[in-house]
Amino acid sequence: MFLAELFGSVGAIGYGLAAIGPGIGVGLIFGLGVQAIARQPEAYNLLRQNMILGFVLTEALALIGFVAPFVYPTS
Amino acid sequence: MTINLATESGFHAPGTEIFNFEPLFSIGGLDVTKPMLMAFVGSAIVVTLFYVACAKPTMVPGRLQALVELGYTFVRDDIARSIIGGKKGDKYVPLLVSLFFFIWILNLFAVIPLLQFPVTSRIAYPAVLAITVYLLFIFLGIKHQGPVGYFKNMMFPPGIPKPVYVILAPLEFISTILVRPFTHAVRLFANMFAGHVLIAFFAVTAYYFIVETQGLGIVIGVAGFVMTIAMTGFEMFIQVLQAFIFTLLAAVYIQSSVEVDH
Repeated sequence: MFLAELFGSVGAIGYGLAAIGPGIGVGLIFGLGVQAIARQPEAYNLLRQNMILGFVLTEALALIGFVAPFVYPTS
Repeated sequence: MTINLATESGFHAPGTEIFNFEPLFSIGGLDVTKPMLMAFVGSAIVVTLFYVACAKPTMVPGRLQALVELGYTFVRDDIARSIIGGKKGDKYVPLLVSLFFFIWILNLFAVIPLLQFPVTSRIAYPAVLAITVYLLFIFLGIKHQGPVGYFKNMMFPPGIPKPVYVILAPLEFISTILVRPFTHAVRLFANMFAGHVLIAFFAVTAYYFIVETQGLGIVIGVAGFVMTIAMTGFEMFIQVLQAFIFTLLAAVYIQSSVEVDH
């Protein structure tokens, strides 16, 4: 017995859910990064590098969500 | 996974089938497909470019040498020296320069007319590159910190309350040994894969609504055409960014193995 059942493109819904967290994370990283650059423009090179690094590590979560439907196809 | 938005109207959005190629020819039982051929051409381009430009370096560089040196110093200063650090970093510049330009050329094939396929959107190509970096940084870690010391420094960083190690040690182990190579390869693969699907989708939309159907739908077709061009431009930015990120992460992983404490 199922409590609830879902048909159709579940992968697309799953990707949408998986993108929420990284979306917030990427927003925080670039928001705070831009703020830091505005406060200290001379540290731009250091900040940019750390921004990109933080961005790619956060983005990985969204990309795993993107790949998961291909790894576990529904039909 | 095909997204059939409007099956009855005959519009088919492109799915994973655009990534499968019939073999062009076979050498001794080994089928050679378009991406394989393009990977060979890509590596040949990188090797030839650097050989022609820098085989006989001159004190006052010519045009080509200046261009190649620009790319070389970018990788050396912005990746190797700033991540791994001055003297130590210079040792890994050849590897990082090769990685950067090889991945960039393979990505760039996505927007070159007639080729129009990013080789790195087949998981095998990023996987091989990620495994190479993976084996290298584990080897370097064991070489610089010893077989026991490497895993001890990785799982038990000093200056943390004892009970936290119960959670931290397995997490650090999983994230370094298992998740690292996986995300390293998948990041490049998924970005190029998604970009290629996106461009193909807009191109198919434009073709379907302009060529195959007439009427008011042409507005959508024109929007699709404009978006195809806009996405191609955006993809060129993503391509160089992903090549940079892959190389940057390779440098970060090497740095974490070479430096004992951080």
